[in-house]
This record gives sequence, structure tokens and C-alpha cells, in this order.
Amino acid sequence: MAKRFSIKQQTGFTTIAFACFFLLYLPIAVLVIYAFNESSSVSDWGGFSLRWFAAAWSNQQVVDASWRSLKIASSAAIIATIAATMAALATTRTRAYRGLTFKYAFINQPLMVPEIVTGVALLIFFAQIKISSGYTGLGYLIAAHTAFCIPFAYLPIRARLENMDLTLERAAADLYATPWKAFRRVTLPLLWPGIIAGLMLAFVISLDDVVITEFVKSGGQDTLPTYMLGQIRRGITPEVNAISTVFLLLSVVIVTLFFFMSRKRD
Amino acid sequence: MATAAEIEKQAEAREVRNRWFLSAPALIIILLAASGPLLIVLFYSFLTPGPYGDVVWKFSTEGWVSVFLERDIFDDTLSFASAHLTIFWRSLKLALMATVATLVFGFPTAYFIATRPERTRDIWLFLITIPFWTNLLIRTFAVLQVIRNEGLINTALINLGIIDQPIQMLYTDFAIMVGMVYVYLPLMVLPLYASMEKLDFRLVEAGYDLYATRWQVLKRIIFPLVRPGVVAGSILVFIPAIGAYVTPSVLGGGKNMMFANLIELQFGQGRNWPLGAALSITVMAIVMVALLVYVRNTSGSEVRHG
Repeated sequence: MAKRFSIKQQTGFTTIAFACFFLLYLPIAVLVIYAFNESSSVSDWGGFSLRWFAAAWSNQQVVDASWRSLKIASSAAIIATIAATMAALATTRTRAYRGLTFKYAFINQPLMVPEIVTGVALLIFFAQIKISSGYTGLGYLIAAHTAFCIPFAYLPIRARLENMDLTLERAAADLYATPWKAFRRVTLPLLWPGIIAGLMLAFVISLDDVVITEFVKSGGQDTLPTYMLGQIRRGITPEVNAISTVFLLLSVVIVTLFFFMSRKRD
Repeated sequence: MATAAEIEKQAEAREVRNRWFLSAPALIIILLAASGPLLIVLFYSFLTPGPYGDVVWKFSTEGWVSVFLERDIFDDTLSFASAHLTIFWRSLKLALMATVATLVFGFPTAYFIATRPERTRDIWLFLITIPFWTNLLIRTFAVLQVIRNEGLINTALINLGIIDQPIQMLYTDFAIMVGMVYVYLPLMVLPLYASMEKLDFRLVEAGYDLYATRWQVLKRIIFPLVRPGVVAGSILVFIPAIGAYVTPSVLGGGKNMMFANLIELQFGQGRNWPLGAALSITVMAIVMVALLVYVRNTSGSEVRHG
């Protein structure tokens, strides 16, 4: 049977692609399946059970770490999104002015530096502040997370602003709307999807962070990822699988929402 | 009296000033909790280690000397710090290998997605995006469970009768590389896809019309056209790979350290903050070189902001 010659075809590419997708999901699938294992091993299947989810749920350390993670991620994401929205308004839809390129570079700077270096830098800096101020609360973690969340929140907001139709704002100004009114009634509603997308990205990024948190946290300030890292280093029980599964589910839900929202835009 | 030109100039200056006010919160937060502390690291690398960690405020270049050299405790002679050099070499080697491997697997995958019909393309893209946004630690942990001695691969091989003793994969350099390829693959595929999506297939067709083979078309037409994506993807993988902390700590065990683990050690048991600071600056210098290569490779082609 003669197959029609396709110019888009490349030998072996489809096979590699399918292998990639398969290998990308296989480890995750194994992890999720063993979360439901009745036995306390992560290699022998002892039947279906929810006991590890129950164990995680009644483990006070896990509950505390989860709350702490959520608290930090929501504070950091909200502050980062507000700062990023303002910065995006200040860096788009304008003629080039002195300092504009600097602002771009500065806002994206946290993306250019390896996390370990930022972690060490904050460890040193915050250690000094902790000594001189005596404050050892969650503020340090929230500040650190906010800083590296800003570039992620900034991206979708800026993209949205750049594609926005300027004529609507001009029309508002022609109809004697004050700049603030034009912003609140015209720009902001149009910008809203970008802001929500930025907020979700920032939230996920903060929730996932291990390295910077590991260096900045004081004693007893484990977030869920740093708690899990400690557990994994000590040896593993399906409890970590159960926590991971719930965590994965949360990420997938957020990413799916994000994906459909950014698709609707186009 | 002000002329029209002056008034316009004033308005423009006010506009620029307002824009600085608007961007101030973001800039200040990043200055305080990201960029500024980097300068402190540089400063600390020139101080003397304190007895219980932290530093003594006395100038010293010892931190930098001990990045590459070690001082003999008896006769004070200097020799190359072979332990450090081994770790640098491992970090560089693994980061480069991971970059090449993600390119080898990522290129066909991105091409596959880019050549799907519009409707299904989004679904494939979504499947690549999900791992990208899920927790890196969880994905590394998932790899650990598959390559352990009692893991899926070894169990399957033993049951098939191919081997009778499990192959030790965990806690080796190989494990770290597999882990990095696994977690950083989406970082390669996404920029590759972005440049392949814009690929003009009429050029490919012209190539075939002129009797080019598939391989020639790939090498002479497709690859040069998507080069910006290749460079961007390689940079996006190389930077986190050279500074990787989670992957080597989970999959490499205590023996197979990379840069980040060595740095962590100086702030923990090592109690040598200046050395840790000097090592951090070294990693950053490597990243800066990589970024410079990137800028040199993309300037000239039509790359714009956004």
C-alpha cells in the first residue's frame, strides 16, 4: 500500500514523541498508584486502600506544613500580582523611555539566577536582619516568595496589556472619564483575565518552591515541599505518595483552569 | 510664559515619573528579596569564616582561594582541591549532558506537536504543560520510585529473567542525569514548539521539490529556522541544571554532589560561609557566561521583547 508522501513527516519523530509522553507520565502514574497501596511498602502491591491518605490527614506535621504552604503561597501570590500589575502598566503601551529596558531586566532578574544562589543570598541577608530585629516569623518566607513570583505574575499581565485595544480607553477619555475612572471601568475589566492568570501562576510557583524555602525558613517553618524533602531523605513510606497525589491534583486543577482561561482569550 | 513645547515636555516628564512610581513596589521587593542580597554574597566571599558559621568581619581572600585550592594543614602549601574540582566537573558534565539529552528527545516531541492539526495540538501542548507546572520535588520523587533497586524497572527486568540482581541506578551520576532530563524536558519542548509553530512548511516543500532527502531537509532547512528555539531551550535547561539542588540531593545521595550541594554544605556542617559565598558567585558567573552566549546567538535574528 503506497502511503502518501507527507512533507511534515520526519522518520522516527512520532515514535520518539510518543515515547516521551509515555515516559513523562509513567513515573507519575506509578507514584499515584502506590499511594493507594494497602501495604506499607512502595514496591509490593497489597491491595487497594486509603489508609495512607488517612495517615497523612491525621499527621499534625503534614497538616501544619500544608497550612503554612497555603498561607505563604496566597500572601506571596496576591502581593506579587498587585506589584506585577502596576509594573506591567508602567512598562507597556508607551514610547521607550530611559530606564524601560532596565526595568524589564530587573523584573526578570530572579529568573536568571540559580535558585541556590538566591537561597544562599537570602540566608545571609535575613540572618543579619533576624539578629538585629528579633523577628523570626513567616514574613521572611513571604518576602522571598513574593520576589521570585513577580516575574511569573508579570508575564501574562504584560502579554494581555500589549494586545489590548487602546481605542476603548481613548473613547472613555473623550467622554470625560477621569484617568482613574477610565482605568477602573475600561482597562481593569479588560485586564482581569491576565491578572487572574498571573495570580494562579504565582500561586503555583510559590507552592512548588523547595530550594529558597529550605534556606530561608527558621526552625519549625517547614512548608509541605520542604517537609516532604526531609521525609524522602529519611526513607519512604506510601504516606509521601499520598501527600504527593493530593498535591498533584491541586496543581493539575490550577493548571487546567489556567490553560482554558488563556485559550479563551485567543 | 511656557511655550507649547515646554508644556508637552513637562507632561512627558510627569508621565515618566508616574511610571516609575507605578513600578516602584515590584522593583523594591525584587531589590530587597532577590537582587540586593546577591551583592551581600559577593561581599561575604571576602570575609573570614566564624567559628560557628556566619563570618568574622575581617578581610580575607581565603574563601576564593579554597574554591580551587586547598591548604595543607601542616606545611601551608597549596594544591588543587581535587574534591571540589570533581564536583565542578560533575556539575558541568551532567548539566551539559542533560541539555543535549533533552534536546535529542525534545526536538522530535516539539516537532510532533507543531505538526498536529490545530484542534489536537492544544491537547498535546497541555500534556507537556502539566508536568511543567507540577512540583519538581514530586516529579523527582516519582523518578526515584521507578529506578530504585525495588522499583518498577528492576522488578520488571528480574521478572522477565533478564537480570537476577537489581541494577544499582539510584545514587549514581546516571540517576541524577535521568532525573534532570525528566524534570527539565518541558523547558526544552515549550520554546522549541514556539519557534516550530511559526515554521513555514512551503520552504520544506521547496526543499523536497529540489530532491532533498528527509535528513537534508531537517538539517539544512528546519534546524536553521528553529535555531532560536534550540538556543532558548538549551539555556532554559542548562541554567537550572547547573544549579540543581533537589535532583542531586534526592537521586544522587550523599556521595554524588553537585555545585548546589557543595554550597549547602558550607552553610551547614562545613561552617565556611565565605567559601559558600565564593562558590555561589562562581555558579552565577557560569550562568552569566551561558546567558552571554545566548544573547550573542540571538542578536541579529528577529527576537523582540514579548
